[in-house]
Parts: sequence; structure tokens; C-alpha cells
Amino acid sequence: MAEREPYRISGRTGDWEVVIGLEVHAQVASNAKLFSGAATSFGAGPNEQVSLVDAAMPGMLPVINRYCVEQAVRTGLGLKAQINLKSRFDRKNYFYPDLPAGYQISQFKDPVVGEGVLTVERDDGSTFTVGIERLHLEQDAGKSIHDMDPNWTYVDLNRAGVALMEIVSKPDMRSPEEAGAYVKRLRALVRWLGTCDGDMEKGNLRADVNVSVRKPGGELGTRCEIKNVNSMRFIQQSIVYEARRQVEILEDGGKIDQETRLFDAVKGETRSMRSKEEAHDYRYFPDPDLLPLELDPDWVKRIQDSLPELPDEMAERLQSQYGLSAYDAGVLVTDAERASLYETLAKKHDPKLVANTVTQSLLTFANAHNEEVTADGVLHIDTKALSAYLALIEDGTVSSRTAKELFEGMVAKEGTPAQIVEARGLRQVTDTGAIERVVDSIIAANPDKAEAAKTRPQAIGWFVGQVMRETGGKANPAAVNEILKVKLGL
Amino acid sequence: MAVDAATVKKVARLARLAVPEARLEPLAKELNAIIAWIEQLGEVDTDGVEPMTSAVAVKLPMREDVITDGAQRDKVLANAPKSADGFFVVPKVVE
Repeated sequence: MAEREPYRISGRTGDWEVVIGLEVHAQVASNAKLFSGAATSFGAGPNEQVSLVDAAMPGMLPVINRYCVEQAVRTGLGLKAQINLKSRFDRKNYFYPDLPAGYQISQFKDPVVGEGVLTVERDDGSTFTVGIERLHLEQDAGKSIHDMDPNWTYVDLNRAGVALMEIVSKPDMRSPEEAGAYVKRLRALVRWLGTCDGDMEKGNLRADVNVSVRKPGGELGTRCEIKNVNSMRFIQQSIVYEARRQVEILEDGGKIDQETRLFDAVKGETRSMRSKEEAHDYRYFPDPDLLPLELDPDWVKRIQDSLPELPDEMAERLQSQYGLSAYDAGVLVTDAERASLYETLAKKHDPKLVANTVTQSLLTFANAHNEEVTADGVLHIDTKALSAYLALIEDGTVSSRTAKELFEGMVAKEGTPAQIVEARGLRQVTDTGAIERVVDSIIAANPDKAEAAKTRPQAIGWFVGQVMRETGGKANPAAVNEILKVKLGL
Repeated sequence: MAVDAATVKKVARLARLAVPEARLEPLAKELNAIIAWIEQLGEVDTDGVEPMTSAVAVKLPMREDVITDGAQRDKVLANAPKSADGFFVVPKVVE
């Protein structure tokens, strides 16, 4: 593989390197909240899913949800991380209307999960590792809505108290692409393990991005933290902007103030959140309402034993077992359902053809309908239809070109793949006599081009195109090429 | 650790407590006295002693992941000085 160019920002004084670390907040997939029995589901009416614990009424006491702890441990094991059999909860104090208690229950000193590692793949198939610093459990805050009234802020506490896993990486990323690839892989992992839905649009996976710059290989620079970036694209955009901003300050002889910044998606820039600076004095202390969290080693072992094959393990296996590219394998293991559908079909059909079908046609169809690829297919395009479709390509009934049309017919519910082939007349012409007749007529109509092709053999492409047009894309491309070579005397 | 008037003002501000200027010095004095009293505990040698988290030997009780609470919007909002359309309504906070 070719040596990759490191990502550099070129300034007036030379090249700069960007150093990135991420804190990802992943909402735990659970029925009830971390310390109360209120529901967590998305989209309920305002304050319909609030217990008196979440509303911080006097005398209410938190009781931890065992399943949320299990999900954190499961994620930790997926990150090959150390599981701390004893951890504890601290209060992080700050004042904000969507935090009724005036503090967030979090884990500051002793997190439930310690150091781990995640192997991340770039789009070109090369890999790098990102160290995981820690994973801890904490409560989410409620939601403040500022645009319902010019003079008042509206507060909905449905989200208050929902369990979050904060996953803190080491500053191991060196480009916006690497940061994007890391979040993508982390998202794939939590979805795979079923510990978080990873739906960034619903806000159940969001990231704080730490960015600093330095001369390549030099001392780490002062970092700024960009809060609450909620899409893969914004994460990358905010890093590009922030790194450039820091380089300009440093090259002008200035210095970087360590601060919290906000990414403005509309303007594509980051700006200082001065209002939050004072609140940074969180005055952490152990929560007296909660005893230390002690885990039974046998329980942790049972969770370990119940883990499925992990995405990076499966991606490796798909490459060696089915000869897939790193890229295709990566796309397939983005989601457990998708990967499962792939394996079901790859057992009966050409693995590469299946990979193309699933990662291209089917994924495009799913996205267009806002659906996910499931183990059984997408909407009415189920495994049976896909299998019939693949078989028609494999036995040469349709060419790779008309296969597209066949798939369109399936999308439009025109019948079974075999019925669509007949109705749309997609059957591939392998009858060499028929192809020869078309070739002859095209050569006869274009004697100058035929002559030119003798000295410029690549001009054959033009003839292939003409034959395909004449036959409505139904001619077998290999047969067309063969016949053209003979007839043109190449 | 000595607390001065400026620290009292800052901590009061963080906790959103209104402390009149004239009370800052007396409060600092009171707090210093309390801290000094607590600091006497520092005389005890606690090397190698685990922090005590409970007076009785119990483990952190846990709950199953079942919805047992919520769906009581009116109760939740009952004490709110102001509410509308099911929301708490508070003076404008702008980022």
C-alpha cells in the first residue's frame, strides 16, 4: 500500500499537525433511566417521562439500573478495556434550568471502565489504533428550548436522568478524517453490541471534540474543547475550522486560551462559550446518596461470554473468507443486521456480487426510504427476492447493466425478479448471431471509425457503446467484445 | 485552607445564593472556623484505611430495567412557578 501523506495545515511558518481527542456521549439503550423508573423512549410529550427523582424533588433517592451498568460493561469489553470491579459516583455541580438537582451524577475519579483500545479503519483500508482513556456512566440533562418564546425558556425533563456512557479517547487522531473514522467505528461497535442506538439525528450519540495544533512531532499544544457536535460532518468541519483558527493565532505570535467553544453549523465556525467558563468549577465530590458500584467478577465473565463476534474481527474474517476489499467489509460490518444479511446471501451466491448488491443497490434503496438494511432485507425486497435477483445475474440471464433495471423493477414492486425480466425484456442476448448482425450494421454505417480503430484499438469502446445502445444494454458484454475484435481485425 | 470574602462570593454565585456584601466577611470567618474544626480529623493516621461509605455493610441496591414511574406531568409541574403546554417555563437563558 502506498505511503499515506500525513494531514498537515500549511501556515506561513511551515506545516502544522493537528491533534484530536474525542469525548463521545452515547445514550445507553435501556427501557428506564439510570437512577429512576421513568421511560427513556424518544418523542413523548413534554415532561411525560419524568419521575420525582428526575425532577429532583426533596427526599427522592436514586436507585441504579442494573441493565445500564451491564451495557456499560458490555461496551467496555467490546473496547477490550479494563473493567473496574469497584467504581463510584460523584456529583458534578453546575447551575442550569435543565438540571433540576443542580448537579449531574457522573463518575469522576473512579470510572466503571478503564483503558481500552479501538482499531479504526480509514477508507483506503489502512488501520490505526485509538487508545480509550475511560468509559463512565452519567446522567443526561433535560432539554432547554429557547425559541418558543422571546422572553422565556421552556424546559422538558424527559431526557433528564437518561443513562449516558461517556467514552473518552486519548489524543490519538491526527486529521478530521481520522476523527470521523473513529466515531463511525465506535458507533458501529455500540450498535453491534446493542448498547446504544447510535442515532445521531436523535442526539443519542454526540461528541465533544478536543483540538490542538503543534509543529509535527513537537510538544502538545493547548487544546480547545468544542462542545456537543452532533453529526459526523460537523465533527470534521469543526476540526478543520478550529485547527486553522489556532494556527493563525499562533503564527501571529498569540497564544491559545484553553476554553470551551461552540460549533455554529450555519456559519461553519467555532466560537467561545464564555458564559460557561465560570461554571467550569464543578466542585466534584462523591455522591453521598450512592454506595460504591461493586461488580461480581462472575457476572462480568458472563457478559464477556455473551459477546458476539466483534465488528473488526468480522471485517477481517469477511476479507479472508470471501475475498472482500477492506472497504466493502467495513461498510458491511457497520451494522449487525446488514452483516447478517450479507452472510446469509454470500453462502449461496458469489460473495463479491453480494457485497456490491448489499452495499450499493440495497443500501441506496434503504436510504431513499429512510429504512435500515435488516437481516431479512429492506421492506418488500426480502432475502428471497434478493436471492432470485442474484441467481439471474449469476446464470447470465441478465447482464450487469440490465441488472440495474431489474433492481429498479423490484423497487417498483413489478413482480418477482423472473417476471420483471420477462415483462421488461431484460434477458441478456448471448445469441452470437444476433450480436454479429448488430455489429455488422454498425461497422457498415461507420467505415471511417472502423478504419481508425485498427490503429487506435482503444476506439473499440465506442463500438461497444453503440452495440449496447442498439441492443438496449442486453448484449453480453464479453461476447460483444469478442465479436468486435474479430470483425474489426484487432 | 483559608476562605476569604472573595471565595465566599464566588461559591455563593456558583450556588446561586444571594449573599449581601456585608455578610461576606462574617461568613468567611464562620466557614473558616468550621473548616478548622473539621481539619482536626487530619490528625488521625488513615494510611491504608479504605474510606467508609456506609455505617452498615450493605451493597449498592440495584433496580431492574423496568418502567415503573413517570406519566405524571401535572404532579411534576405542580410546584413550578410558571409552566405552559406541559413545559417548565423559566426566565430566558441564552448561551
